[in-house]
Amino acid sequence: MLELRNITKRFGDVLANDNVNIVVKHGTIHAIVGENGAGKSTAMRIAYGFYKADSGEIVVDGQAREINSPHDAIALGIGMVHQHFMLVGTMTVAENIVLGAEPGSEVALDLHKASADIQKLSEEFKLAVNPHTVIEYLSVGQQQRVELLKALYRHAQVLILDEPTAVLTPQEVDEFFAILRGMRQQGKTVVIITHKLTEVLAISDEVTVMRDGRVVGRLQTKETNAAELARLMVGREVLLRVEKPEADIGTTELAVRNLHVSSNDGARRVNGVSFEVRKGEILGIAGVEGNGQTELIEALAGLVSAARLAGEILLEGRNITRVDARSRRELGIAHIPEDRHQRGLLLDFSLAENSILGVHYRQPVVSANGVFLDNQAIRNRAKKIIEGFDVRPANQELPARSLSGGNQQKLIIGRELDLHPKVLLVSQPTRGVDIGAIEFIHRKLVGLRDAGCAVLLVSAELEEVTALADRLLIIREGCIVGNVDPKVATIEEIGLLMTGGH
Amino acid sequence: MKLLRELLFPLIAVIAAFIIGGILILIIGDNPIVAYKLLLGSALSWPDGIGYTLFYATPLIFTGLAVLVALRCGLLNIGAEGQLYVAAFATAWVGITFAHISAWLLLPFCFLAAVVAGGTWGAIPGVLKARFGSHEVINTIMLNFVAVALVSYFTQYHYKTPGDPIMESSEIGGGAHIARLGKFLPGFPERIPLNLAFILALVCCVLVYLFLWRTKWGYELRATGSNPTAAEYGGISIRKQIIIAMTISGSLAGMVGINEVLGYRYRYYDGFSANYGFTGIAVALLGRNHPVGVLLSAILFGMLIRGGIFVDAFTNNVTKDLVDVLQGIVILFVAAEALFRGPFSRFGLLKRSKV
Repeated sequence: MLELRNITKRFGDVLANDNVNIVVKHGTIHAIVGENGAGKSTAMRIAYGFYKADSGEIVVDGQAREINSPHDAIALGIGMVHQHFMLVGTMTVAENIVLGAEPGSEVALDLHKASADIQKLSEEFKLAVNPHTVIEYLSVGQQQRVELLKALYRHAQVLILDEPTAVLTPQEVDEFFAILRGMRQQGKTVVIITHKLTEVLAISDEVTVMRDGRVVGRLQTKETNAAELARLMVGREVLLRVEKPEADIGTTELAVRNLHVSSNDGARRVNGVSFEVRKGEILGIAGVEGNGQTELIEALAGLVSAARLAGEILLEGRNITRVDARSRRELGIAHIPEDRHQRGLLLDFSLAENSILGVHYRQPVVSANGVFLDNQAIRNRAKKIIEGFDVRPANQELPARSLSGGNQQKLIIGRELDLHPKVLLVSQPTRGVDIGAIEFIHRKLVGLRDAGCAVLLVSAELEEVTALADRLLIIREGCIVGNVDPKVATIEEIGLLMTGGH
Repeated sequence: MKLLRELLFPLIAVIAAFIIGGILILIIGDNPIVAYKLLLGSALSWPDGIGYTLFYATPLIFTGLAVLVALRCGLLNIGAEGQLYVAAFATAWVGITFAHISAWLLLPFCFLAAVVAGGTWGAIPGVLKARFGSHEVINTIMLNFVAVALVSYFTQYHYKTPGDPIMESSEIGGGAHIARLGKFLPGFPERIPLNLAFILALVCCVLVYLFLWRTKWGYELRATGSNPTAAEYGGISIRKQIIIAMTISGSLAGMVGINEVLGYRYRYYDGFSANYGFTGIAVALLGRNHPVGVLLSAILFGMLIRGGIFVDAFTNNVTKDLVDVLQGIVILFVAAEALFRGPFSRFGLLKRSKV
């Protein structure tokens, strides 16, 4: 159906694709796995005409084709859904879908026909969305369906999906997989780019594994397992379980008493939450995203204005509810934010400049006169973090934007852990991060716990929280609705608490 | 290499503007080569050409830096025009009111008046944004009208020499005059109004650079401009940064008053600004938001102003509006950079580094 033959692509000095061969068979779900930067997205972008390969050819239905732009790809029946959706928020579903391929004459847009077509498609593929809804009002999962419809509307026979589940909740992932299976049944071919092994095993028929720009494995999903895939991806044995010793739990470090947080528009997001985090433990908070976790962590980090807060936050018994973000850092609270692009990084700044965010105003980063930045000290600090946390490429002059998600995350974690915090607030530490780095991050978090830090961990990955946490709270609609022992509780049990039994 | 890449695009924009301008001159019915020879020749001759070019560049360096500082904090200061008017009037007011005190006191006072008045006028929209979230673009535009009307009123009704038909204030005290460069440069006549304010402008370029890239305050300001939510996460008060940036921006714009009042006319002359505040936006854009770039592009604009006068006088059809046309095209090209990257991207140099 779709075949990449001997594709090679360079970006400057980096060989992104080195003689890549991928064969996607008609009517299958084909997974392309690899760590971030392994070249899987590059290969697929070449197939979609975003980039032009330096050498090699693309074969569609047995014929070598010249694909110079996404337009060419669409004409050949290749559709792609990107990790970050390309939708116009203020327009309706139907308008978004037809954008660029509007039916009707040159001047008059025939939206009725479009709506009817979309309705038909969405029934055929069980992609329930109302064509007249404005995109902004849709959940992320629904927006993704719109992206799928967009490709199907253009008669895509092969759908390339770049990290499609990164933005979905566990429930949405299940629905999404059902949709993909339906599409396969209808004769469509699906290529799914991912680095989540459980998903590969759950959904795909065949797998191509990439590492460092090369294809290192072609496997039938039935004949492989997570350990083998992980080994191929990383190039060494990987521990998929988190190894951690018994927790040595000490006194209470952070206490939260009847905390209420409202959002900017006044809606209550956290409703009277109380809990304690003790030295040497990881307290996990599980919940479907959007149930107040974000606001809770931001409130603890000092990023919510006093007007939106009620209740008490105590650090070692001292009330810090009214203390600002900077002072909280000085008191020993570090924060790994859930959205590294929004909160965690200055994307246009260099790694060196990013490595000092939060400590940029004091010694040793600032020289003794208290005004000028000490470049040598900054370089040293950046070097220490980059080396200690294996940030690649290890060039501190590069802008943070140029790093892969996993390396950006390692930089942030390195920066925060270098503060030797008493309390670490950490949210979605491994979102969009490849397995090699996940293992590394997990080890660092456990190491910090063993060093006596109180860690509060929020994650949408149930497997992650249950593996890391020593105690687990379940949050729903801003309330703590469960307190379970992650060693004993089953995923089903936790899932039920998260969703309120639906 | 990095510097080269930064310079390349503005350079292409300027060359393209000159080519299109040349075609326009042809259409109007003059010889573009003659016109451009005249333009560059008159702008670069020694000493008058260079002297006047730098004199015209001086206010643009100040306003370019003003726009730059605000932009680095993520703010668009369209109010440099108003800020420089208020500052020029304030410095003249001090120069007139305290005309008889010692020059050792008067001059610093006049300096301070310009900086403080400009800074205050800039701080107002800063505070409004930080406190109420009202948009700085709207407020700075509005304050331009207020500023111009206010200083005109004071000039007309309170500080004009009675009987003077021109809208200008009476003269400032001699102690507040700053020297023209001719005084120090042998062979450079004192009639050319290029004065110490130009040196001040150069110093400001260096100071702005040091401030933004070498101090913790500059880091905070740039971090706020780059990603306010991340800055907040890093313990930086965004509100404070907005006020600081607008204050510094206004102060820099205000220094135009030093060049104009203390170095050139020795009085407040109503309507003196040839849109320096607005041209400052173009200067900052063309200068890639960097002090060195601002300096270079301000000098380019100074050349255009100086040369434009001669093109106007010595060609049959071309007027000094050509300068505005060239400026306009340069800005269009700079603004269209993203668009330009498309077809030109294959030349590699223009590409943003991907890895």
